[in-house]
Amino acid sequence: MRQASKLETPETQTRLPKVRRWNPWQILLRTLAFVLLCIISAAILFPALWMISTALKPDTQVYASPPIWIPDPLMWENFAKAWSLAPFTRYFINTSLFTLAVVFGTVLSCSLAAYGFAKLRFPGRDFLFVVLLATMMIPGMVTMIPQFILFSKLGWVGTYLPLVVPSFFAGAFFTFLLRQFYLTIPTELSEAAKMDGASDFWIWRRVIVPLSAPALSTVAIFTFEGTWNSYVGPILYLNKEELYTLQVGLQFFRTASEVQWQYLMAASLLVMLPVIIIFFAFQRYFVEGAAISSAVKG
Amino acid sequence: MVKRPRMSAMRRKEAITGYLFIMPWLLGFILFTAGPMLFSLYASFTNYDVTSRFDWVGLENYRRLLFDDPFFWLSLKNTAYYAVFAVPLGIATGLIIAVLLNQQVPGQRVFRTIFFLPKVLTGVAVLLLWLWVFNPNFGPINVFLRFLGVENPPLWFSDPNWSKPALIIMSMWGAAGGYIIYLAGLQGIPKHLYEAAAIDGASPFRQFLAITVPMMSPTIFFKLIVGFSGAMQFWESVLIVSEGGQGGPSYSTLFYGLYMWQEAFGRYRMGYASAMAWILLLITLAFTVIQLNLSKRWVHYEGDSR
Repeated sequence: MRQASKLETPETQTRLPKVRRWNPWQILLRTLAFVLLCIISAAILFPALWMISTALKPDTQVYASPPIWIPDPLMWENFAKAWSLAPFTRYFINTSLFTLAVVFGTVLSCSLAAYGFAKLRFPGRDFLFVVLLATMMIPGMVTMIPQFILFSKLGWVGTYLPLVVPSFFAGAFFTFLLRQFYLTIPTELSEAAKMDGASDFWIWRRVIVPLSAPALSTVAIFTFEGTWNSYVGPILYLNKEELYTLQVGLQFFRTASEVQWQYLMAASLLVMLPVIIIFFAFQRYFVEGAAISSAVKG
Repeated sequence: MVKRPRMSAMRRKEAITGYLFIMPWLLGFILFTAGPMLFSLYASFTNYDVTSRFDWVGLENYRRLLFDDPFFWLSLKNTAYYAVFAVPLGIATGLIIAVLLNQQVPGQRVFRTIFFLPKVLTGVAVLLLWLWVFNPNFGPINVFLRFLGVENPPLWFSDPNWSKPALIIMSMWGAAGGYIIYLAGLQGIPKHLYEAAAIDGASPFRQFLAITVPMMSPTIFFKLIVGFSGAMQFWESVLIVSEGGQGGPSYSTLFYGLYMWQEAFGRYRMGYASAMAWILLLITLAFTVIQLNLSKRWVHYEGDSR
């Protein structure tokens, strides 16, 4: 957490030494850094560009050697074709509803629990908070097997319940993240409201939640990304094709028949598209969330 | 001992409200974490296999894992191999990017977006993309290697010697976004240290070794240990990239988690797999203890340097 608070200080932008004269070392270093950054960027972008390129190829150019980077003609119809080769619309609706439910459950329950830990005093609070921190260290694989047994005894296998219901029970990491944020909201605000006879629920709803929009957005966006891309949970619990998510559907699309790469890449691109759009729209929240999770969880 | 005064009515009301607010977490903790874990601990001492048998077998599962199961050790070895390479290389990737970005180069915003992209691009779609990129015949990597004159480039996911390196390369790609934490650390290093070194005539490289590395070492060690602990849990990608999700070729991608998954949900040996889960928990715990002990020292060091 210590590191996270230092992020994005405005100082970064302004501390260019304007008064000092440029020394040759610095010019050389900066040029070198810029060139290296361009090379690394190319290495990072290259798989993504290869994906887009393949998705737009006519089948005669997919296996061309040397590879063709800019297909001619550009086969935009590959996207529609790929989408129709499997019930992707069905998968898309499933994934959207599933993701929305999990995001809603996570934001609501974590926000409530975080308010309890940050703003209310009760016996055992600090001990329970340490327990919460400790549970963040537990590998998901440890609880996966007994949870599966529990959900199969409940008859929930083959439904979305095992994937959605737990999200309404405040996961440790996001509760922790929001609690840290709520601690920075001055107590005077809620104290004043309490003097006027407001209940804690009212304060949570009318004071804390509106003031913590950035933190809640970070939680929502991170949960969205994680749920949209989740694979192991859905493959474990969803055993009927009409229940498949996009991730599971994509994997079956690939194994069910010998699918051609241009359709596979086109479908993959479409599956990733919502996350990419959200990323570009809310980049700041992504970066903040990643910084915090990386400072805590590595 | 002094007797605690009875809580005032207001205090008691606040306590009840407090418990109501944390109830989602508390219930979830009991129902989905603590309860299942206790069950799993018990199951690890039985031959539970979902159907009916639930006989107490004592330490038999643990004995078999440790002394009688070559796949257990193989999966642990594969996972350790991955961790030993992927974690330091991933840290190096993030660190190098952070050091470069810290040189106040133009185009910061664009670079930051690009380096962050792999953090977002996860899931089955990206794994399929990697399969295509590493395709031995038509993938751009091998085409490029042949262009460079390599006559028989690696078969990557079809070659037991190259499947793990391919996964490590993938992990380095994903680690680029890690720069964010190192950049924060770099910007926290007091400027006057560099200024003093420059006055003494130290070259930028020397400054990097003498100032940047020691000042960054707490962050690096933290990431190293937490990274190892996380890498022990790496396996989900293998469900997609190895043939049939079986950990091939020649068990070269049979990671610990994958083997546990196969035991639990392929062969339904839940008791046996639970024992594996608890061994993993102990390994994770060991890393956490190391990390907590070291971090105590770092805080001390940092206090001294101010």
